[in-house]
Amino acid sequence: MRNAFVKTLTELVQEDPRIMVITGDLGFNVFDEFKVRFPDRYLNIGVAEANMIGVAAGLALTGKIVYVYSIIPFATMRCYEQIRNDLCYQNLNVNIVGVGGGYSYSYFGATHHAIEDISIMRALPRMTVICPGDPWETSEAVRAAASLPGPTYLRLGKRGEPLVHKPGAAFSVGKGVIIEEGKDVAIIATSTMLEGGLAATDMLKAQGISPMLVSIHTIKPFDADLLRDIAQRVPAIVTLEEHTIYGGLGSAVAEVLAESPHNPRFKRIGVRDTFPDTIGTQIYLRGKHGLNPEQIYNTVLDLINHAL
Amino acid sequence: MIADAKSCHVGSCFSCIDILTALYFHSLRINTQNPLWPQRDRFIMSKGHGVAALYVTLAKRGFCSPDVLQHYTKDGSLLAGHVTCTATPGIEASTGSLGHGLSIGVGMALALQKDQPQSKVYVLLSDGECDEGSTWEAALSAGHFGLDNLVAIVDYNKIQSYGAVAEVMGLEPFADKWRAFRFAVKELDGHDIPALIAAFDSLPLQRGKPTLILAHTTKGKGVSFMENKMEWHYHTPTMQQVDLAVEELDSI
Repeated sequence: MRNAFVKTLTELVQEDPRIMVITGDLGFNVFDEFKVRFPDRYLNIGVAEANMIGVAAGLALTGKIVYVYSIIPFATMRCYEQIRNDLCYQNLNVNIVGVGGGYSYSYFGATHHAIEDISIMRALPRMTVICPGDPWETSEAVRAAASLPGPTYLRLGKRGEPLVHKPGAAFSVGKGVIIEEGKDVAIIATSTMLEGGLAATDMLKAQGISPMLVSIHTIKPFDADLLRDIAQRVPAIVTLEEHTIYGGLGSAVAEVLAESPHNPRFKRIGVRDTFPDTIGTQIYLRGKHGLNPEQIYNTVLDLINHAL
Repeated sequence: MIADAKSCHVGSCFSCIDILTALYFHSLRINTQNPLWPQRDRFIMSKGHGVAALYVTLAKRGFCSPDVLQHYTKDGSLLAGHVTCTATPGIEASTGSLGHGLSIGVGMALALQKDQPQSKVYVLLSDGECDEGSTWEAALSAGHFGLDNLVAIVDYNKIQSYGAVAEVMGLEPFADKWRAFRFAVKELDGHDIPALIAAFDSLPLQRGKPTLILAHTTKGKGVSFMENKMEWHYHTPTMQQVDLAVEELDSI
């Protein structure tokens, strides 16, 4: 996703003279070429995220479209009040690009994990929250953010996440995408879990089950119409996110379902309310919360079989 | 250990290992048999990415078995890739997000000033984290409160995460900035262990003022192919490079 991001950004700066990029002293293997090719459009502001957001606000108030970049906790939490007051309150076209969704920074530890970012960014008025699940969604989202008038939060993974969407898929901010039609259960995934959702979908299909796979790349504004449609058509819904179950995708889905006449069986798969007590790879940390494909498959089966 | 774990930040570790050695093997008043001894000195590794150097130092000093180092960052391990206070005894504060340690140090120094006046608080900062406003908020308060039991040490290797300090966000005149924040400042070679020990032995540098040790260091110190190279913030050394590095370090 990082590569898709910088590739699209490289196209955008050449199309629109207003676009600028600020990094909080990160970008090794990401901006190496970009900063040499476009020195006037690139700024390393140092390890100073609060200043980064304020400076971006000043640039945006002076006609620029700004992308700021850092690891997610530093790009969101460190400077949260600046984001709220300087960007959201003033409705500025500053796009926060956070790298390392979920446990992407695995063994680096909790300071680098991005587990609460969707919740807190979603709470901000005027903030658009996009969590791409593959390189195609990343490119589309990076491009779309430039044309949205207000602030956008883009939550990226870190690895070379695989392409999930088929050619010809349509991207629209605020619109979910049904990747696979099905009638027994809907797996609604976002961000770094789209890949795992696809893997679980394939495993279920191999067992003769008909799962629907849905990508919700935009958490805010949330595609409530699509969800209500899905809730009419399937008896069970599972949400899938590498993020706390408090306030993210699962919560957004639950909020809509609770206010709708539909009552499918429902399960949130996500990070439980805890910091990791032991460390390890991304797969190891995901495994503590049932986020690996085999575990998702089993949870979905249990839900379908009324065991949950 | 870093190569085995396929981890990184090795340049940052070599930059500060001499400082850690001087502190843990000479200056810190600590008790490995009683890590929570109330009268102990406190050390905070604010540059949490240099954690491998701290784990090794703590193991050598006897806070934990050297055997645990082989689990560094591996599945099921307590030893995360940034300082985590549950990893081993002897770690005073969890860090990893830059610009937190000095504030925590100010809090400890305030608490100790009255209760344990003989205890000092040492905080090791990277130069990069002196970009953070919070570092300077902490500095302002340390100077204001006159915390002469607080010792900030800057590992000034002049290379931050994504470029040279002078190019990314220049800190100079660096020592003067700390003086202006009411710190007593000592500049020294951060790889000169006798100089480090002499400075730590003469604390506080000035009564009523916090101390700032500006330690001029070399990122990747001691390994010719790592010295002053930004990429060793990120690269994992190959086993062949480990052998070369060990050979060079053994010859020192």
